[in-house]
Amino acid sequence: MEDSGQPAIEVAGLEKRYGDLEAVRGISFSVEPGEIFGFLGPNGAGKSTTISMLCTLVRPTGGTARVDGFDVMADRTEVRRRIGLVFQDTTLDDYLTAQENLRFHAELYGVPRSIVGSRLQEVMEMVGLWDRRTHLVRTFSGGMKRRLEIARGLLHSPRVLFLDEPTVGLDPQTRSHIWDYINVLKARESITMFLTTHYMDEAEHCDRIAIIDHGEVVVIDTPAALKASVGRDRVQLRTDDDEAAIAALGERFGLEATVSEGEVCVQVVGGEEFVPRLFAELGVPIRAVSVARPTLDDVFMRYTGRTIRDAEASASERNRNNVFVRAGTRRG
Amino acid sequence: MPGPDGADVTDIQASATVASVRVAGGTLRDDLRAVSIVWRRELIRFGRSKLRIITGLSQPVIYLFVLGTGLSSIVPASAGGNFNYRTFMFPGVLAMTILFTSIFSAVSIVWDREFGFLREMLVAPVRRSALITGKCLGGATVATAQGALMLVFAGFVGVPYSPVLLIELVLLMALTAFVVNALGIVIASRMEQVESFQVVMQFVVLPMFFLSGALFPLNGLPRWLSVLTRLDPLTYLVQPMRRVVFSYVDVPPDARASLAPDVTWFGWPVPVSVMVLVSIALGLAFLGVAVYQFSKPE
Repeated sequence: MEDSGQPAIEVAGLEKRYGDLEAVRGISFSVEPGEIFGFLGPNGAGKSTTISMLCTLVRPTGGTARVDGFDVMADRTEVRRRIGLVFQDTTLDDYLTAQENLRFHAELYGVPRSIVGSRLQEVMEMVGLWDRRTHLVRTFSGGMKRRLEIARGLLHSPRVLFLDEPTVGLDPQTRSHIWDYINVLKARESITMFLTTHYMDEAEHCDRIAIIDHGEVVVIDTPAALKASVGRDRVQLRTDDDEAAIAALGERFGLEATVSEGEVCVQVVGGEEFVPRLFAELGVPIRAVSVARPTLDDVFMRYTGRTIRDAEASASERNRNNVFVRAGTRRG
Repeated sequence: MPGPDGADVTDIQASATVASVRVAGGTLRDDLRAVSIVWRRELIRFGRSKLRIITGLSQPVIYLFVLGTGLSSIVPASAGGNFNYRTFMFPGVLAMTILFTSIFSAVSIVWDREFGFLREMLVAPVRRSALITGKCLGGATVATAQGALMLVFAGFVGVPYSPVLLIELVLLMALTAFVVNALGIVIASRMEQVESFQVVMQFVVLPMFFLSGALFPLNGLPRWLSVLTRLDPLTYLVQPMRRVVFSYVDVPPDARASLAPDVTWFGWPVPVSVMVLVSIALGLAFLGVAVYQFSKPE
């Protein structure tokens, strides 16, 4: 990469104020090339406003942000050339075919005519929609539309792909498919991904996560480190002999176990890694095991002192007039 | 700070070189491609909505043959002799077709905003002026096509199928479509929701239509109404169309004087050429305002 060493995204003291409301309060972070970077937080925390500023859709009221080395204020066009966007709400034309939507995009982004055809096929095959290319988008399911938007976001070979809540409103199976595509993408394209989510399980796919609350970045770290900071996994067992199991857990693993609702519970670091050892070494027949990972609420609670549900309730009050670029496009 | 491991980066680089693409960035060629694709989208969508084409025709046809025929029975006294009132209405009905189709096209920006597609356009690395121009020309082309379909009925209302006449009418309709589309986009830029369309119809489109002299001659009107007709941009498009039509049909001189009176500014009869220039200027001014509205930073 010709610009190796330069961060894909570099944000310093970035701020957005709407009147009295501080949507984003001076955040700073940087994203390395090739990284999948996640913004995790409740609705209204400032995730979408931040993404909108990075995409040049909303002007910051303070601080700086550079994408692929270009300033989002001073070099808007340069930034726009280098980014792909997948929005929370669909931005496809329902009355055009899948292919026409992509061609429209290719023309707007000036993709050379000689390669449009092959590039189009490449991205559509990647998301498994090549066979449906001549179908009207209005006949597509929510998941297919999202996949098509991902394909479109990649069509002009952006350096950074922004995904704003890429799986929101989709059923769990479709959500996991979208993640499959994102992971394929990571392997195939030289691309940095910046995404927002309020699903903890999705944040797991990221190389690093920033937790954002009240317009501030509370912590930035890898998912593993974040979860570790929350504490241990909870492993629950059903055994033939609970008392023997509790004794064995104390004796062989040095763990203090409790019984709740007919199950033996222990708190351990790395619950999944613990399970095979448990089977090998416990010496008491095990009928069922479950491992509960820290949830978004646990992580969020750890860093903000409240649950995400509470955070979302108060944020929706606070930010009623301030949700997303909609504000930007409403006024143009 | 973990990044991707070294091996992956190398693999990815190789594929990136293959896939790497030069992307638009504000050159004239990029802007022209943007104008062209936005224009083409309007055409594709129009061509696909057969129902819209048919309903777009039905209203002018009803006005022309139902209202026109009805009015014919009471008008002859003033119009003199055996002149067909539907001939008088024909250019007005053409303007109506253009007006309604154009407003609908322009206001579809609000739909685009509602369904998100507008954002896809606004984040592209091209000038907003290119997008708005493409939208305006696309809507104008569509409306002109719809208006041209109405020309089929010329013969039924005593207007000859003269090629020169038809070309003149198409050109005037194209100008009308351009002006109304540009105006419509200005309106759309201020519209927050699709539901406001009814308001636009009631407070903009219908007054524009009725004040333009599409249905009645701008002659012997009370002063207040006379002033309003001269403030209506559509007046300066309907009157030239009517002049053109009248120059190809046989109209008794007194009927001509009462049905197609001069539009006057403080007593000065405005020539057709000035009306056309005024319309072009208005269209460009509306377009400028529309571009400005969509270029305002947030």
